[in-house]
Amino acid sequence: VDIYLLEAIINGILLGGVLALLALGLNLIFGVVDVVWIAYADIVMCGMYAIYFLYAEYGVPLPLACLIAIVGVAGLGVLVHLLIIEPVLDSPPLNQLLATGGLLFFLQSFATLLFGTEFRNIGVRLPVLEFASMYVSFARLIAFVVGLIGAVALYVFLKRTYVGTAIRAIAQDREIVGLMGIDQRRVYLVVSAVGGALAGLAACLLALQYDVHPFIGNTFGPVIFMICVLGGLGNMIGGFVASFVISQIIAIGGYYSNTELAYVFAFALFIVLMFIRPRGLFAP
Amino acid sequence: MSTSRALWLVGIAILIALPTVIPTYFLHLVIQILIWAFIYTAWALMGRFGFVSFGHGAFVGVGAYVPALLWTYWDVTPWLGIPLAVVASVLLAVIVGYPCFRRRVVGHYFALVTLALSQVVLLSLVAAREITGGSLGFTQKTVGHSWYALQFPDKIYFYVIAVMLWLAGLWIWRWIDRGIGREALEAISEDEDAAAAVGIDVTREKMRVTVISAALTAVGGAIYGQYFMYLNPETVSGIAVSLQIVFAAIAGGVYSLLGPSVGALLTLSLTEGLRVWFGTNFIGAANTIYGILLVLCIIFMPQGIVGTLQRIRPQRWSQAKPVAAKESVTT
Repeated sequence: VDIYLLEAIINGILLGGVLALLALGLNLIFGVVDVVWIAYADIVMCGMYAIYFLYAEYGVPLPLACLIAIVGVAGLGVLVHLLIIEPVLDSPPLNQLLATGGLLFFLQSFATLLFGTEFRNIGVRLPVLEFASMYVSFARLIAFVVGLIGAVALYVFLKRTYVGTAIRAIAQDREIVGLMGIDQRRVYLVVSAVGGALAGLAACLLALQYDVHPFIGNTFGPVIFMICVLGGLGNMIGGFVASFVISQIIAIGGYYSNTELAYVFAFALFIVLMFIRPRGLFAP
Repeated sequence: MSTSRALWLVGIAILIALPTVIPTYFLHLVIQILIWAFIYTAWALMGRFGFVSFGHGAFVGVGAYVPALLWTYWDVTPWLGIPLAVVASVLLAVIVGYPCFRRRVVGHYFALVTLALSQVVLLSLVAAREITGGSLGFTQKTVGHSWYALQFPDKIYFYVIAVMLWLAGLWIWRWIDRGIGREALEAISEDEDAAAAVGIDVTREKMRVTVISAALTAVGGAIYGQYFMYLNPETVSGIAVSLQIVFAAIAGGVYSLLGPSVGALLTLSLTEGLRVWFGTNFIGAANTIYGILLVLCIIFMPQGIVGTLQRIRPQRWSQAKPVAAKESVTT
């Protein structure tokens, strides 16, 4: 067995963990509120900046900085829902897409205005693990494990709590839940907060691996949509599986050529798969 | 009707007189506005029938890079390079569009598939960094004033080209309006299944307008590349350019002939004005305000946007129709 290929595959699985977390957040919001947040990856960017400034500039301990970032981004999620999503809830899906697209423009330019275009790193150097003469980034391992814990926590939250049940009820039938005494608006706000918190968690994990800059959302935002659409928009399990499919394509593609071509291949494959299964790979 | 023809004549007279009265800097701005107005109009050929493509950045990119690369590395004249770019764009549009239309990938699924297309072109351009310079961009080989290389240091040449291009774009819009294809496309945008049921070849009609739109967008990209000489993947392809096209066209209005051009005029003057106003100390300030305006526009002017305009559309077009028929001669 080619040891480098194996290494690429393992790194691909690890990358899939973070992508899965983001895909879950986006799918949760789509499944419940029925709006695609084009700017989701840019909300993650806000969280990364929060961690960078709290930890690297103001010396807040990293765990606390992460916690503040998660809560802050959850708040941002609520704000986005109240200011942008709520007014367009009854508009055609394309207008909703465009409203969040405008948010994407705004967040990227506002970050440029505030922080400039330079790349910033929080400066945490985590070791590279050696395992059976393969090298695995520790930061990625943490990201994978925490990503999975996040996914399980979300599952438990949706299955075991009252609010979680209400959320699943809305995702199943938007019309009838009002009659069951569920406050739809409150559920939307909770979902936006949870979606934001997942973005915040992803921001913590990504800040360990990547430099933050205003346009970082463009590098993985399109990949997340691709994953969600491939898994079937709103389909959590589908999105989870698709995250690992796509991350493997990127990892193995990157092994045989280079990263950009691997992404080109992933996007091209996505287009082809959409023709074969227009409603997502795991659509009924 | 004669008043609107008179307005057209006045407009064209202003366009002819413009370069003699305004300074070079403004001429540069006007050329940019005209090129983008042409591209937005090309996008709106599809967009106004509800086929919202987030993939037109791909066609601008192909249009800009193919002739530039052919010229710089293989001395192929843009007179051949531009048609090749158009062929490549159309091919891309067919490869992605045909299965999309056959498989009924519509609405925001269509938007996201085409979004993937614009990323494919962007990342391919970055990946081919040996010849394209990757994210750093590249500058075409310059030879000074040359018809063969389609390079003119004097802006007046590109002004004339841009004006002609823009007028051609408007003329094609009218041509589609007058053809029988328009009724079919309108029916499809209302209800695909119903349109298919009355015997409209849905895939063929959609394909035709998509191919025209992609080809024109590539031409626009090519002229942009010839004018600016410096190309960067981020400024001519990818999600950012695709969104820029969609927003400006929609802000201006996609259901009227001059809508996308008005969108180009407003958004580009706004961006440029804010850039000058804030200066380089505040990079991003212009786009920040632009972003806020976009969101506000979509929230508070839903009348101006896709779905709600569909309601006003029928009476609008029944008014516009006779005008279209008469004015065809002038443009």
